[in-house]
Amino acid sequence: MTLLTRRNVLKFGLAGGALLAGSSLAMAQLRIVVEGANFQLLPIAIPDFASSDPAFGKEIAEIVRADLRRSGLFLPLDPASLPVQVGDVNAAPDFPTWRTANVDALVMGGVERGGQISSSVRVWDTQQAAQVVGKSYDTDANSSRRVAHIIADAVYESLAGGSGYFDTRVIYVAESGPKANRVRRLAIMDQDGANVQYLTDGSMMALTPRFSTDGDMVTYMNFADGNPQVYLLQLSTGRQQRLADIGAMTFAPRFSPDGNTVAFSVEQAGATNIYTTGINGGQPLQLTSGAAIDTGPSYSPDGGRIVFESDRGGSPQIYMMGAGGGTPQRISFGQGSYSTPVWSPKGDLLAFTRQSGGQFSIGIMNSDGSGERMLYTSFHAEGPSWAPNGRVIMFFQDPGGNDGPKLMSVDIWGRNLLTIPTESYASDPAWSGLRR
Amino acid sequence: MVITASFNSALRAAAMLLFVVAVAACSRTPNTMPTGVGNLGPGGGAPGSQQEFLVSVGDRVFFTTDSSSLTPEAMATLDKQAAWLNQYQNYRIMIEGHADERGTREYNIALGARRSSMVVNYLVSRGIGANRITSQSFGKERPVAICNDISCWSQNRRAVTVVQ
Repeated sequence: MTLLTRRNVLKFGLAGGALLAGSSLAMAQLRIVVEGANFQLLPIAIPDFASSDPAFGKEIAEIVRADLRRSGLFLPLDPASLPVQVGDVNAAPDFPTWRTANVDALVMGGVERGGQISSSVRVWDTQQAAQVVGKSYDTDANSSRRVAHIIADAVYESLAGGSGYFDTRVIYVAESGPKANRVRRLAIMDQDGANVQYLTDGSMMALTPRFSTDGDMVTYMNFADGNPQVYLLQLSTGRQQRLADIGAMTFAPRFSPDGNTVAFSVEQAGATNIYTTGINGGQPLQLTSGAAIDTGPSYSPDGGRIVFESDRGGSPQIYMMGAGGGTPQRISFGQGSYSTPVWSPKGDLLAFTRQSGGQFSIGIMNSDGSGERMLYTSFHAEGPSWAPNGRVIMFFQDPGGNDGPKLMSVDIWGRNLLTIPTESYASDPAWSGLRR
Repeated sequence: MVITASFNSALRAAAMLLFVVAVAACSRTPNTMPTGVGNLGPGGGAPGSQQEFLVSVGDRVFFTTDSSSLTPEAMATLDKQAAWLNQYQNYRIMIEGHADERGTREYNIALGARRSSMVVNYLVSRGIGANRITSQSFGKERPVAICNDISCWSQNRRAVTVVQ
């Protein structure tokens, strides 16, 4: 699905161009510092977007504000308190007015909906009287929320650096019914919980979905054949098929970064080992051997290595090996047991689940096992998944008893713990890459 | 599971019938309880019946935390299962492996499989033909006891022999 027909850097008109030339700033100075103990939210003014349909302009601005607020880096100011209520992308703002109102970061946008949605946005540094970024987008008429997420990503990237993560989706397991006989089906939604769709009907149990890099293929665990088996599901066509029939239970699938290979676990006679196979068939390749449980594989972003969990030393711990196998090296040495290692998009960090002292934690460590730190601890939490910019982790938390799990997110500094709204209990979130 | 389900559903049907009778009775004569209501006890079942296996032999064994080793109690139960299955050769069995909720999802799928595998191996060693046995892991996805402490978790760490 190609949604964007045009993504341009906005060229300013005469007045603005002259003003920018006068300020002679290639880059504005306004930047948010995303880490550090003295971190402070960046206040940002986002008037409603200009539109011939003011309600639409307000709706788009509100989605942009909500994204930036939920990032935990920005503090969108109350739009009613701003000196200007509706944005204007075609003229330079009156900077002294905004400075007087203590607004350093200002977003001015406009949006029109016809056969397509056309939107444009400029981010201003009012202290420097300079444009930080200006962009315009033409998109499919039915994707107004996506337009807003794309704009929010542009604002985020211009002020917080790195890439954004708002124009993304999450695939997860929607859970309903009593705990002893719970229905578990695949669902997909935008990262903020909007636009949920159910992908399987609940007649068979589906668990642990994962996206391929292109966001169209999904691999997951399906109980339709009795014992769980790894399946592939193409979102654009709805077609699905079993990955491989190797006469044994298969589970815990993950795509390689190029999307051509799936690493997964195979259980035979109580022993669980890691295999890989091509998504178009071919002979499965066995990477680990022995009587232990080896599962939860995750490829490094360069595709060269696989991190996984194994109880070969007693309790589950994290091990690393080459993507073609070889002797695994243990890298987790902290308190308790370690599961579900997941390589960060940049390759520098691993997220994991740790079980210790009757509690579960979501943590991160450097990819060599050093520098471990816990981001969230509770009665039960598991299954971290990275936002594509590597700054936010989604996971699920379960209070136990007859209650059920919900999706949560936390940033890699352990701040900004959020619950992701879902219609039912939810588990096993997997974050897509940016959709563009 | 099959025998448990059919047994339970029979009970449930009986209970439902009584409920319907009660409601019907109530709707006619609100102050009169129906007569002749009683709980159906789990009868022992005829020799060689699935119900006999469930009630008199015992369909499940339990494991300690994170372990798939068979306890002496588990081996005693499996010995009884093997004796019964050797007597009634017409049945096939499915071994369900389960884990408690105090682990991660994928690891527990593997742990449930390791537990069912231990039971399969034990029953084979006691003379049950491997061709009569299938197995399946449910991980932690199908608990039978629901609470937040060991009293429930210990019941959920189980392997269930389903006679088919």
